[in-house]
Amino acid sequence: MFVPCGESAPDLAGFTLLMPAVSVGNVGQLAMDLIISTLNMSKIGYFYTDCLVPMVGNNPYATTEGNSTELSINAEVYSLPSRKLVALQLRSIFIKYKSKPFCEKLLSWVKSSGCARVIVLSSSHSYQRNDLQLRSTPFRYLLTPSMQKSVQNKIKSLNWEEMEKSRCIPEIDDSEFCIRIPGGGITKTLYDESCSKEIQMAVLLKFVSEGDNIPDALGLVEYLNEWLQILKPLLLHSKTNSRVSRQPTEWEKFANYASDKGIISRIYKELK
Amino acid sequence: MAATFFGEVVKAPCRAGTEDEEEEEEGRRETPEDREVRLQLARKREVRLLRRQTKTSLEVSLLEKYPCSKFIIAIGNNAVGVWEEVGCAKLWNEWCRTTDTTHLSSTEAFCVFYHLKSNPSVFLCQCSCYVAEDQQYQWLEKVFGSCPRKNMQITILTCRHVTDYKTSESTGSLPSPFLRALKTQNFKDSACCPLLEQPNIVHDLPAAVLSYCQVWKIPAILYLCYTDVMKLDLITVEAFKPILSTRSLKGLVKNIPQSTEILKKLMTTNEIQSNIYT
Repeated sequence: MFVPCGESAPDLAGFTLLMPAVSVGNVGQLAMDLIISTLNMSKIGYFYTDCLVPMVGNNPYATTEGNSTELSINAEVYSLPSRKLVALQLRSIFIKYKSKPFCEKLLSWVKSSGCARVIVLSSSHSYQRNDLQLRSTPFRYLLTPSMQKSVQNKIKSLNWEEMEKSRCIPEIDDSEFCIRIPGGGITKTLYDESCSKEIQMAVLLKFVSEGDNIPDALGLVEYLNEWLQILKPLLLHSKTNSRVSRQPTEWEKFANYASDKGIISRIYKELK
Repeated sequence: MAATFFGEVVKAPCRAGTEDEEEEEEGRRETPEDREVRLQLARKREVRLLRRQTKTSLEVSLLEKYPCSKFIIAIGNNAVGVWEEVGCAKLWNEWCRTTDTTHLSSTEAFCVFYHLKSNPSVFLCQCSCYVAEDQQYQWLEKVFGSCPRKNMQITILTCRHVTDYKTSESTGSLPSPFLRALKTQNFKDSACCPLLEQPNIVHDLPAAVLSYCQVWKIPAILYLCYTDVMKLDLITVEAFKPILSTRSLKGLVKNIPQSTEILKKLMTTNEIQSNIYT
């Protein structure tokens, strides 16, 4: 359930909710970190649930000594009212059998809070691509029917590739075709539930493999930006203006890097 | 998938946790018998609160029944002897070394709750077992209830192995055992040690309790002792001593110089010898 930081719940009517799926390479989560940190979004509450493994740590977006001691938990909500954006960040994995209940609770909050639409940032195993997918861009999108009505023209103008259907059971030649997102975590469940509940949802994903996934996260944010234009391209590539997150990639269950300094210089290299 | 040095293709571990496709398919393939087994397992893993003397269970959460101003949770530590037991939380999971959950002796106790005889609103919880991920939320509900009180203060004490401490320094140069703290927004006092630096995080029951307190705006502080000896030893317990001089706990412990002697008396050798075969 959503618990606000302040006394009352903020008004999220008409906002766009950005959220990650805990998926291969943690790309969605890394992308969310980049967005929250670059846009300097402020924390407005927590999504308190028994579905995620508990974890705590100090503020991963700290910019000063002062705000470095704020406690962060596993599911937090940030917002940028000027752009009508609300972001949910998930920092740990699901407890067994709890991923579907989480999706239900989340979507019920989306409906009750009045969010206009949801954009899920995700990833899928690159080794599961077919020949056609190997030759094309690694980015894909998916829209629920209610979302298609409102943004189809815009998406068409971007020349994006829609996620292709594949065999439900790959080993069986005459099995039906359906949307499969291997390695995508809750992406498929969220998508299916949103279709049936008529929620406007878009899924943006990239085909990736496990490893150093920061470049993948940067790519996914740029992909999102082609559509939403929330970050000025100059901002993303300027070393002085961009407030790049101090990636919490050393948090357990994320990639292991020797030190923060290595990550930051790597991120800056990517941004040049 | 990844290719190994020898050219074989193996499934690489996915950082995103369990493969959810498999879990989804499990859900679809689950027969009524599977479902029954899963529900029975969930019932076996339930957290139960009871009074050991009368063997009756507590109908409401512990802190709804007893008013509390200070709550100290020692996860993995020994308690001192001025406490009166008010209840215990028994639970079973795969990490339990005993299969008999009906007869608990004091050495087998799971999470025992005491309150100070001289000041019954001060509680101590001694949790010497592992509370699994799926039991942590239940534990919180049973102990704190659904209407958390903001006028109490919570202190959590726990240990981690020093090799879990992520730093650019070499672990050999760290002054182990050493303390680090994490506190919620509403905890206004200062900690008696530095705060836990990024990128270190805490999980398990201490994280569950601290998350609960952060969300429900309860002042709480977690003291984490990084040590290289995971068995109970005097040096590690001594590392916690500065906590006794903090504002929140100062009134509770008299005669700090004598506490070392008391601690030595309370030390019992660990019956379960930890080695690579157990």
